[in-house]
Amino acid sequence: MSLIAQRLTSSSVARRVLNSSLAAAITTPHGVDRYVEMIDPLWSSTEIRAEVTDVERKTADSVTLTLRPNNLWTGFKAGQFVKLSVEIDGIRRTRCYSPANSQFRRDGHLELTIKVDPDGLVSPWLLAHAKPGLIVQISQAQGEFHIPLPHPRSILLISGGSGITPVMSMLRTLTERAYIGKVTFLHYAFTEDDVIYREEIAEIEAKYEGVRIVRAYTNADNGDLRGFFSREHLVAADKHYAEAETFLCGPMPLMDGVRAVFEAEGISDRLHLEQFAAPTRTVPTDDATGTLSFGASQIEVENSGQTILEQAEAAGLTPDYGCRIGICNTCVFKKDAGTTRNVLTGEINSDEDVNIKTCISAPCGDVSIAL
Amino acid sequence: MSTTLESPATTASSTTAKKLSPAQIEAFGKELDDLRARIVADLGEKDAAYIRDIVSKQKKLEVAGRGLLWAGWFPPAWIAGVTALSLSKIIDNMEIGHNIMHGQYDFMNDPQYTSKNFDWDNTIHADSWLYTHNYVHHTFTNIIGKDHDATGYGVMRLAEEQPWHPIWLLNPVFCGLLQTFFQWGTAIQELESEKFFKREKTWAEMKPGLRRFRDKAGKQALKDYVLFPLLSGPGAPFTFAGNAAANLVRNLWASSVIWCGHFPEEVETFSIEETEDESHAEWYYRQILGSANFTGSHWVDVLSGNLSYQIEHHLFPDIPAYRYKEIAVEVRALCEKYDIAYHEDSMAKQLASVWKKVFKLSLPDSFYTTSKKAGLAEIITFPVRSMKLKQQAAA
Repeated sequence: MSLIAQRLTSSSVARRVLNSSLAAAITTPHGVDRYVEMIDPLWSSTEIRAEVTDVERKTADSVTLTLRPNNLWTGFKAGQFVKLSVEIDGIRRTRCYSPANSQFRRDGHLELTIKVDPDGLVSPWLLAHAKPGLIVQISQAQGEFHIPLPHPRSILLISGGSGITPVMSMLRTLTERAYIGKVTFLHYAFTEDDVIYREEIAEIEAKYEGVRIVRAYTNADNGDLRGFFSREHLVAADKHYAEAETFLCGPMPLMDGVRAVFEAEGISDRLHLEQFAAPTRTVPTDDATGTLSFGASQIEVENSGQTILEQAEAAGLTPDYGCRIGICNTCVFKKDAGTTRNVLTGEINSDEDVNIKTCISAPCGDVSIAL
Repeated sequence: MSTTLESPATTASSTTAKKLSPAQIEAFGKELDDLRARIVADLGEKDAAYIRDIVSKQKKLEVAGRGLLWAGWFPPAWIAGVTALSLSKIIDNMEIGHNIMHGQYDFMNDPQYTSKNFDWDNTIHADSWLYTHNYVHHTFTNIIGKDHDATGYGVMRLAEEQPWHPIWLLNPVFCGLLQTFFQWGTAIQELESEKFFKREKTWAEMKPGLRRFRDKAGKQALKDYVLFPLLSGPGAPFTFAGNAAANLVRNLWASSVIWCGHFPEEVETFSIEETEDESHAEWYYRQILGSANFTGSHWVDVLSGNLSYQIEHHLFPDIPAYRYKEIAVEVRALCEKYDIAYHEDSMAKQLASVWKKVFKLSLPDSFYTTSKKAGLAEIITFPVRSMKLKQQAAA
C-alpha cells in the first residue's frame, strides 16, 4: 500500500497538486503533510524522512543501516555527515553519522555504519531494534570534511575504528569515479575482526592499482603495521605524505597523534579532519563555567549561572517569555548543543537539538541556543 | 463560591485560604512536586503512542466528515458528516490542540507535537492563545483583575467584584451568545475590546492583535465557508451549513467544558493583594481552590481533552492530559489529607451551577443582600444615579 501510495505521491502531477496553494488552504492550519502521511509515511515537505531498507551487523559492535530518503534529500559529498533522528521510548534522539557509501550511489540510498557505544543510548538501541521498515529522520548533509574539487593528485586517508565511515565513502566515491591519482588508506583497528569493511577493502585493493591499503592493528600482529600511530607508521604507509592531502577521522588519541606530526612539520594545512565528540555530560557546579552562545543573534556571553532566559535578557536580547516559572512554554527555544540543568528539579539535559524552557534552565558549561 | 454575597474583603477564598498554615501548604506543595516528578520520569513511549493514536483517529474523522458532507444533499450523509466533523473539531481543539499547545508532548522532541509549532482547527491564532490562556489564565488563575477568563472574558458578569450595571440584565443572553460563537469570542479575547469601548485602549494598541485575528480567522473562514462549499459544486449550501453546524457543536461543547472548569459556584476567586508574593506551593493551592472537575465516561474525558480533570490540569498543565485520571486519585487523597476543598460533580450539575450564577449575577447584589425591592429599585434608579455621579465628577 505504502509503495503504491509513494509512487502516486511522487508523481509530478500529484506533487503539484499537493504543493498547491489550494491544498494548503483546505488543510489549514495543519498543512497537507499531515494527511498525505496517512497513506505515505515518508511524505513530508519539511523534514527528510527515510525508511530503513536493510540492516546488517558487520561486526559484533556495529550496525549498518541502509536508508531510502524522501525527495527532500539533496545528496552529500563523500566525508560529510548527517544528523540521524530516531524515536526511543517516545522521545526523538538525534546523533551525527557519516554515510559510508559512494556519493554517486545509483539508487540514492544512504549507508550508515554505527559503532555501538555500550554506555550510549542511540547506538545500542539501533543495534537491538533497527529493522527494515523503520522510519527515521535525517538532516541534509553537513560539514566541511570532504575532498576538494579539483581532486588532489595524491590522497592519504587515515581512520581508526568507526572513523572509517567518512573515509570509506571517500574511497568508494574515488574508485567508482575512476580517480586517476594515488590513494593510500591507513586504517587502525584492534584486530582484523574489528575492521568493519574488511572484505570490501580487500576487493578494492585487488581491483585498483592506484589504491594502497595499509592495515594497522593495535592488538594483533597479522596486519601491515602494529601498535598505535607514529611517524614511522606514517612513513611506512606513504613516504610522500607531505605532498598528499590527508583526510583523518578517528578516536581522539589518533587524531591528536596525527595532528602533532603534521604540526611539527608545518604541513597542517594539508590535514583535514572530522571530529566526533561524544555528547558532553558535564556535572553542574555552583561556580558557573563556559560560554553561552545565542546562535541566531550571534552573541556570546560568559555563563553567569543564571537561567538562560535571564542571561539572554542581560545580553540585551528580548526573547518571548511568559510566566517565568516553567508553566506556560512561551520561552521554549531550541538548544543546539551543551548541557543544561533544570533549576527546579535539578534534572540534567545533554541532548542536542531539543527544545528547552529557558526560564528554568541554566547552562552547565558551554551551551548554544537558537535564540 | 458559597459566600458570594459577602463584601469582597471577606470572600470565601480568603477565609478558606487561612485554614492551612504556611508550613502545611509548603508540605502539601512538596508532595505535589514529588507526584509530578514521578509522572515526568515515567513519560515515554506510552504517551507518544497515545497522542499519535488520537491524532490518527481525528484525521480519519475529519476526512470522513468532509467526504460525507460532499454528499450532503442526502440527509443521512449530512447528519453523519456533521457528526464526524464536529467530533474531529472537538478532538482537534481539546485533546490534541489544547494539550499539545500546553507543551504536554514537548518531551517527544517531535516537531509535529511541539507546542511552538502547533496550530489548531479554530479561529484563535496559536500565538494569541499561548498568551491569553497558557500565560495569563494559567499563571493568574481566578485572580480578579488579572485572569481575564475569571471576569467572563469581558462580556459576562461572573464575579460580584465586577460592579453591576443594567447591561448585565442581559448576562444570560451574553453567555448564550458567547457559547454559540465561542471560537470567535476567544479569537478576539486578546484584544480585550471592552477596554477599547471604554476608551482605556487605543486603536493602535488593538492593531497587532487584529492582524493576528484577520490572518488566522480569515484562513479558517475561507476553508470552512468558501473553499469546501465551492469544492462541493451544487452541494455547496449543504457543505456550508454542515461546516457551520460542526463549528457550532464544537463551540457549545468546548465552552461548556471550560465553563465547568472555573465558573461553578463553589469555585473560589482571589484578589490581587492576597496572591502577591505567592510561593510555588501557594500557587498549587490556589489552582486547586480555583478549579473544578466533572465526572463522566471515558469518552467524555477524551472529548473534553481531559479537562474533566481541570484541577489536575491546573496543577500540571504540561503533563499529558490523559494521565490526569491516574494523577487525580493521588491529588484527591492529598486534598483529603490536608483538608482542602476538591470540587467535583457531574457535568450536568456543574453546568447548572454555572448558569445559576449567570442568572444570579445579572441582578444587582442588593437584590440578594438587602431585599428584592431594593434590587428592583437599584435597577430602576440606575440612570438617575449614574447621571448624578457624572455631574458630581464634572463638578
